[in-house]
Amino acid sequence: MNNTLIDYTLHLADNALIIGQRNSEWCGHGPVLEQDIALTNISLDLIGQARSLYQYAAELINDSRRLSTGNTPSIPTSREGRGEASSLNGMNTAGRCEATEDTLAYLRDSREYKNCLLTELPNGDWAQTMLRQFFFSTWQFLLYQRLQHSSNTRLAAIAEKSLKEVTYHVRWSSEWIIRLGDGTEESHARMRHAIDELWMYTGELFIPAEYELNAFKQGAGVDVTSLKDEWHQRVNEIFAEAMLPVPAANGQGFSHTGGKQGLHTEYIGFVLAEMQYMQRTYPGCEW
Amino acid sequence: MNTTTNISTQHIWSILEDVTDPEVPVLSVVDLGVIRDIKLFSSSTGEDGIEVVITPTYSGCPAMDVIRMNIRMALLQHGFRNVQITTVLSPAWTTDWMSEAGKQKLKVYGIAPPNPKQQVCNTQLFAEEEAIQCPHCNSYNTRRISEFGSTACKALYQCNDCHEPFDYFKCH
Repeated sequence: MNNTLIDYTLHLADNALIIGQRNSEWCGHGPVLEQDIALTNISLDLIGQARSLYQYAAELINDSRRLSTGNTPSIPTSREGRGEASSLNGMNTAGRCEATEDTLAYLRDSREYKNCLLTELPNGDWAQTMLRQFFFSTWQFLLYQRLQHSSNTRLAAIAEKSLKEVTYHVRWSSEWIIRLGDGTEESHARMRHAIDELWMYTGELFIPAEYELNAFKQGAGVDVTSLKDEWHQRVNEIFAEAMLPVPAANGQGFSHTGGKQGLHTEYIGFVLAEMQYMQRTYPGCEW
Repeated sequence: MNTTTNISTQHIWSILEDVTDPEVPVLSVVDLGVIRDIKLFSSSTGEDGIEVVITPTYSGCPAMDVIRMNIRMALLQHGFRNVQITTVLSPAWTTDWMSEAGKQKLKVYGIAPPNPKQQVCNTQLFAEEEAIQCPHCNSYNTRRISEFGSTACKALYQCNDCHEPFDYFKCH
């Protein structure tokens, strides 16, 4: 059973889903219609990427279960599977169920989520959402650039496909950092506040979890420590143009960690509660 | 019921010419370039089948499920029951795969087709594509309102001459 590849794929998927879900909270609340639509589109890209990754993770999980039990899982359809999984309180205890992209998104609890802490932080104001997207997209861009050459052809294909979308996200969020940082006194102050709120969550992006290290050794994953210099360079460039100070010019400084291992901030509970409520209350519901 | 012994992939391609994109109903899935391959295979039951290989425009494109279903329905209507639809992600879809006929249909429909040459598919800031032609009055004097439009594949533009807003099917 290749736990490394399952965990690594879930980690990539969870990052995309959680920040996509966070961004979607802006739907109908954006400062102007065009930017509301822009952020909703970015959510759609990210949730689409998460789907591709969850579908792959589900295949890996189901294959590994078949190997370990010597036969196919007893529950044939995903709809029934979902209901069963829910009544058994999620994937942990629902060992007999067929995993699907939906069970992975809707029926795992916070300790099973492997997203970086940055992705689950509250939206705050527009400046904070833009900065979170800029930090994340810049990292994801560098990550996918390398992942598209992964020895794992499925992950490589997902990265290649996603990279074109992330390119738009990087550009759009970078422009907002400059627009707000080098904007009015008010927008500048809000950007500085956002930096204070988010900076200490950026270090985790470059501190590999064990499954990331192992995935890298197997040739499937990316060494995230190798992204650090380029990420800082990019942030420095944009911050300089935006007239914003870089918090720790000579390094990262203190960073919160734990998300990759399932140890989250208190915020993730609220994200999951909203996202999973319907499936937990009405198992298998569709509309 | 068709028997697939004498069918050709060309015939299947022509059937798919009638399957349209639910978001942009003037475009067929063939025009859009999402059909990557059509293969004939023989199954163990003796009934030959058709494999249709498709690729999404964007990862989150919500039209893909409908497109899959419509392909299946169209082939079923022509008597092909044994249809397998495979989704591939690599090579990633690009607007370069859109047919010339498709681009013309888009323009007539009121959506500016993607420029023939990709211009700003990189991280360069504040870049705007040059010469997006207004599909209504043909003026090139247009401006971008938003990089993201009514669907993931479009950006929102406005014409400075006739003042009409319009969708631009952006390069990807």
